[in-house]
Amino acid sequence: MTNFNRFEAFEYDVLKEIGNIGAGNAATALSTLLNKPVDMSVPSVRLLPFEQVAERVGGFEQIVIAVFLRVEGDTPSNMFFIMQEHYAHQLMNQLLPGEHINDGTYTELEMSMLCEIGNILAGSYLSSLADFTKLQMQPSVPVVAHDMAGAILSYGIMQYGEMGDSALLIETSFLEDCQTLEGHFFLIPDPNSFETIFRALGVGLDDK
Amino acid sequence: MISDKMIKVGMADLNTATNGEVLKTTGLGSCVGLSLYDPKQRIAGLAHVMLPSSSIAREVPINVAKYADTAIPELIERMLAHGASIRSIEAKMAGGAQMFTLPGQTDSLRIGPRNVESCLLMLEQYNIPLISQDTGGNFGRTIEVSSENGILTIRSVQKGIKEI
Repeated sequence: MTNFNRFEAFEYDVLKEIGNIGAGNAATALSTLLNKPVDMSVPSVRLLPFEQVAERVGGFEQIVIAVFLRVEGDTPSNMFFIMQEHYAHQLMNQLLPGEHINDGTYTELEMSMLCEIGNILAGSYLSSLADFTKLQMQPSVPVVAHDMAGAILSYGIMQYGEMGDSALLIETSFLEDCQTLEGHFFLIPDPNSFETIFRALGVGLDDK
Repeated sequence: MISDKMIKVGMADLNTATNGEVLKTTGLGSCVGLSLYDPKQRIAGLAHVMLPSSSIAREVPINVAKYADTAIPELIERMLAHGASIRSIEAKMAGGAQMFTLPGQTDSLRIGPRNVESCLLMLEQYNIPLISQDTGGNFGRTIEVSSENGILTIRSVQKGIKEI
């Protein structure tokens, strides 16, 4: 059993690099899709108390659009791509010009389109990560939700519940104009997956 | 002596309220918000239960507010300490959703329905009547319970506001 409380700084750096590689490729994919540059933040890897997991997306009650994929394979994980509503509107206006009515509701076609965007981005995140680590990562079909960030993210951290009151999240955000956070990737490896990730990247956990 | 004080109950947390205070917990997905109320003494309690059973706990010491089988006894105890009577306590609950359903999903991921079942079982053990509930579905809920009247207010994105 890996003890997250005792991760060293360089182990956090390894996890940050994972967020960097994954989201970097996803940013390229999004940039291609939108035909404009997309910036991203420095990845943040933190062991967060449950109460704070939704902090980066505006708090537990913040209404967001989230695409969720369960990743199976060598390192079982949960993956979320979470968009603020106004960013989802912006994406729809670019990809389905004139179709979207900005009234806080989404048609089935719009939800399906947002789901597919999440799927493409998460797919490129995971495939670059799998290439880099030589680990098997098989994403499930994507599912999309329009709901409170807390309700959504808590689904992804359940497995941490039985061992403490905090969860480890690898988060990278897309930026608009180098400042506003717009889209967020959360890779939440199952607690037992860290050892495999570290081994694959040549970081031993033997002396713990 | 009516105060509008709002007491926040976090995830895997519980608390009690008196004197018109309101207990609130946000963003319930598969977690269950279980409220207990003694209408005679006007004492309310709220637990944000995350997991069905402490038998799977690998933490030491365990956070009793996290598991249905430990949170409910603890909440009852605290209400009794405030002067509530076990015979007049009534329960309501909300949450226990299945936020995402994937094809071929294993039973261990059905946390929401299992949390609900486990809470029901505990209430039965203490002979506490469940007078209303709003559980299941695939959406998140924010809830508030008032120690003034025991009304449980539920807010969700898709279904608006509802009182039970």
